[in-house]
Amino acid sequence: MSLVFDEYGNPFIVIRDQQAKERLRGIEAHRSHILAAKTISNIMKSSLGPKGMDKMMVSQDGEVLVTNDGATILENMQVDNQIAKLMVQLSKSQDDEIGDGTTGVVVLAGSLLEQAEQLIEKGIHPCRIYEGYETACKIATEHLKTISDSIEFSKDNIEPLIKTAMTCLGSKIVNRFHRQMSEIAVKAVISVADLERKDVNLENIKLEGKEGGKLEDTQLVKGIIIDKGISHPQMPKIIKDAKICLLTCPFEPPKPKTKNSIEITKAEDFKVLGEIEQKYFTDMVEKVKATGANLVICQWGFDDEANHLLLQNNLPAVRWVGGLDLEKIAMATGGRIVARFEDVSADKLGRAGLVREVGFGTTQDRYLSIEDCPNTNAVTIFVRGGNKMIVEEAKRSIHDALCVTRNLIRDNRVIYGGGSSEISCGLKISAMADDIASIEQYAVRAFADALDAIPLALAENSGLPSIESLSTVKAMQIKEKNPRLGIDCNHRDTNDMKAQHVFDTLPGKTQQFLLANQVVKMILKIDDIIKMGPGADE
Amino acid sequence: MSSQLAPIPILNQNASEERGEIARLSSFVGAIAITDLVKTTLGPKGMDKILISASNPNELIITNDGATILTKIYIDNPAAKILVDISRTQDDEVGDGTTSVCVLAGELLREGERLVQQKVHPQTIISGWRLALETARAALQSSTQDHSSDKVKFREDLLNIARTTLSSKILHTEKDHFANMVVDAVLRLNGNTNLDNIHIIKKSGGSLRESYLDEGFILEKKIGVGCPKRLENPKILIANTAMDTDKIKIFGGKVVVDSMTELAKMEDAEKEKMLNKCKKIVDHGINCFVNRQLVYNLPEQYFAEHGVMSIEHADFDGIERLALVTGAEIVSTFDHPELVKIGTCKLIEEVMIGEDKVIRFSGIPSGEACTIVLRGATSHILEEAERSIHDALCVLAVTVAETRTVLGAGCSEMIMSKAVDELAAITPGKKAMAIESFAKALRQIPTIIANNAGYDSSELVSQLKAAHHQGDKKAGLNMRDGCIGNAEELGVIESFKVKQQVLVSAHEAAEMIMRVDDILRAAPRQRSNLQH
Repeated sequence: MSLVFDEYGNPFIVIRDQQAKERLRGIEAHRSHILAAKTISNIMKSSLGPKGMDKMMVSQDGEVLVTNDGATILENMQVDNQIAKLMVQLSKSQDDEIGDGTTGVVVLAGSLLEQAEQLIEKGIHPCRIYEGYETACKIATEHLKTISDSIEFSKDNIEPLIKTAMTCLGSKIVNRFHRQMSEIAVKAVISVADLERKDVNLENIKLEGKEGGKLEDTQLVKGIIIDKGISHPQMPKIIKDAKICLLTCPFEPPKPKTKNSIEITKAEDFKVLGEIEQKYFTDMVEKVKATGANLVICQWGFDDEANHLLLQNNLPAVRWVGGLDLEKIAMATGGRIVARFEDVSADKLGRAGLVREVGFGTTQDRYLSIEDCPNTNAVTIFVRGGNKMIVEEAKRSIHDALCVTRNLIRDNRVIYGGGSSEISCGLKISAMADDIASIEQYAVRAFADALDAIPLALAENSGLPSIESLSTVKAMQIKEKNPRLGIDCNHRDTNDMKAQHVFDTLPGKTQQFLLANQVVKMILKIDDIIKMGPGADE
Repeated sequence: MSSQLAPIPILNQNASEERGEIARLSSFVGAIAITDLVKTTLGPKGMDKILISASNPNELIITNDGATILTKIYIDNPAAKILVDISRTQDDEVGDGTTSVCVLAGELLREGERLVQQKVHPQTIISGWRLALETARAALQSSTQDHSSDKVKFREDLLNIARTTLSSKILHTEKDHFANMVVDAVLRLNGNTNLDNIHIIKKSGGSLRESYLDEGFILEKKIGVGCPKRLENPKILIANTAMDTDKIKIFGGKVVVDSMTELAKMEDAEKEKMLNKCKKIVDHGINCFVNRQLVYNLPEQYFAEHGVMSIEHADFDGIERLALVTGAEIVSTFDHPELVKIGTCKLIEEVMIGEDKVIRFSGIPSGEACTIVLRGATSHILEEAERSIHDALCVLAVTVAETRTVLGAGCSEMIMSKAVDELAAITPGKKAMAIESFAKALRQIPTIIANNAGYDSSELVSQLKAAHHQGDKKAGLNMRDGCIGNAEELGVIESFKVKQQVLVSAHEAAEMIMRVDDILRAAPRQRSNLQH
């Protein structure tokens, strides 16, 4: 229809078809979208669950990355297809919001679209489908609330939190030590959490990694570790009861922001200038020294002379510390970041019980560890591992576990994992579907079917006969009226997820349903794609 | 229906995806290829490799060091890259065992591939391997010996470890000589594991045997013209300061003069400033001045006049080491002589090594530092010798920190594989197959060592296995005579930490590769200036 005719029969062009590389409309467009989305979800499917597999990604520059994290996979996949890009966004928003369940959300969306395709084939209009989905989604989220369970925990009783974190880490490479890793993650979150306000600032937890050693050498440090060494080789490497001066100005003569030039015309001026310069350095050091500081942490560099003066005045210093790190140090030590030497004073110093430089292995990598800070609200998780990829993956996994724990502190309701909640929601929706009189009934039912994708994928990845185990569990759920029954991925001979301690957070799961549903709705609403050919923009 | 047949591009053009079996195959093939590449360098009779640089065909390296080989070759396969990375990490962390870690991971994957072909699920293999790893580690731990309380015995241990490490390298022929050298060097550190204090100098010429350990510190620099060439009990000032022209650092400062006389005055002022600085330096009461930066003629002359030996352009490392060994402070300002720590030693002299003059600081107070002077026929030999010495030093430093040792010569591998085999026998289910495969992979290490030495590996390894099962926990391969011997008597000892690190990292890497079922390759970045 890109060419129309006016009343005199003269043609005029609405859309210049020739330049468009391709144009897909109506059902064809839907089909192509669904296919693209399905492809993405199929890639992700095998990463789901405790027995999920990893993906190896080779970046543009040949760097290798091995991961199990849905959001990371999609982010690095370099998808070109517009619908596939939507799926990438979907996983990313789940990551930003919840931090976990990034794989599940994509698999769910893919499965919803797969079901929608069949309905479209039947001739049901996409609008009706997504309206049905909307209804079903509402039922599902309501139902999730009814089957949720709340867990009790306190600062002394963190066991339930550890259990949940373990579920989250179960699918990652760190699961060999997932008890230890979960403990680290939970302890980290608890130490920075504000249980009164039910809030956690994850920025207070720093994840630092260094290859070498073993995964089980990973540790939680109450304090901060930064990837820097003391600036002068002869300064003390261990400072007890440190009083830290945090500076964002370099130990150099000031550089006025306005452009200037000092013209030296006489030999006397030259001498005077030399003296002024010397004075700058001594003044700067003296000012810092006068506050009683015994450690200087600076965002910028030092001149050689300043460096030596600091050494002579017994002021160990650290240079080129990143802005973010500096902020964290300020938070932990209770110090104030000072931007001008005129402003340094004793009350702006940060304090720490122990600051030391630590080295690893045979290379000269030095780390500065700041411990025993007055504000325990800052901790660092220091990850070790046999190679770079493992360390990176462990960092990502721990980040997920941190997010999950945070979510639990915000909202202590959990639902049981292992696909049990999906099965239970599916059953509920199917039951409700019968009461719907309109065409949406089909769509609602399709939603219920789509939910099966998660337990199916879980069973498949665990090497169980997928359809058989799903139908068994479904039948059991109906018979025993027990929504906690799920797929027994770890072969522990029980389907009760409560007994297996497999939890997910309620907001996480609800979010998965809502986000997947939204994206599906968006994709179903598109009925026309116009893709510009390469020559079109010229 | 045409659109259904039309392909829908999901990934970027040029990006590729390998899935399931194919992905697994490609990672196995890559990992095994890398393993086969380096495995011939393993053991006392391992062979060397020549590496030729792509950019400069004249630049070649002859080496036996796994990490060096692996980091230098160009690899496209992602699984192979993981192996290269563990090898490099091993090098950074413990310094030796870089080949073993790669070979063990590769052999694990080779066994894993066989199991996958028999339709065992990778996750089952992984859980089997995990059980096996725990058992192997426990077995390794129980086989350790610790002689740290007995000084003489510990030194003997260290010597043996050094010999074991060196025996696979080019220094093989002179291994006793070099083993003594590195052990002396490490023991001088008194438990300090910082290898900075050991300086290695390479001078071509002479033979490897002429290499020696110098108890002083050797700086590869020249003493300034007209300065005394020999100083006893010198007072050394170590500085990092500009001795050419002292720039004005205040931003925007520049010199503008309007007449020749002013210019001359300015020059004088500059000169005066420099001389002033020199005077301040001399006022420290020193007779040796070492600077990181250049020392120009004017100050050099001043120093010579005042009987101060000046040494210019010692680089960062040199300065730091020198400061460390002489106990001096690195100085950049000279206004407070009373605060500056002056370094000292017994004697500074200019000596000749081969054709070159170097400066030797001997009788150093802290006594920790020393210099290893390597001599050899060609630069390639020297390079390789340095790498070998570095490996040996690292291993010794690790052993000094973690004093437990294990037996080498395939003995500890056999102990582990025996324990793992026993575990497999009592484990029900498919996991047992994976556990067995782990034991088999461990046995591959002695097999390769024997193969490389040109012996009948099947015969030797089965004999070794039998010996261990009969309860001889010290049986190992005697690669001199091609038979089974007592590893302890043979003196083949390795550091426990290195061995454990090999085991753990190899397993971690193998598991990581095993878990992959999909390889996504991004389109290579477009490089406009690079034509292929």
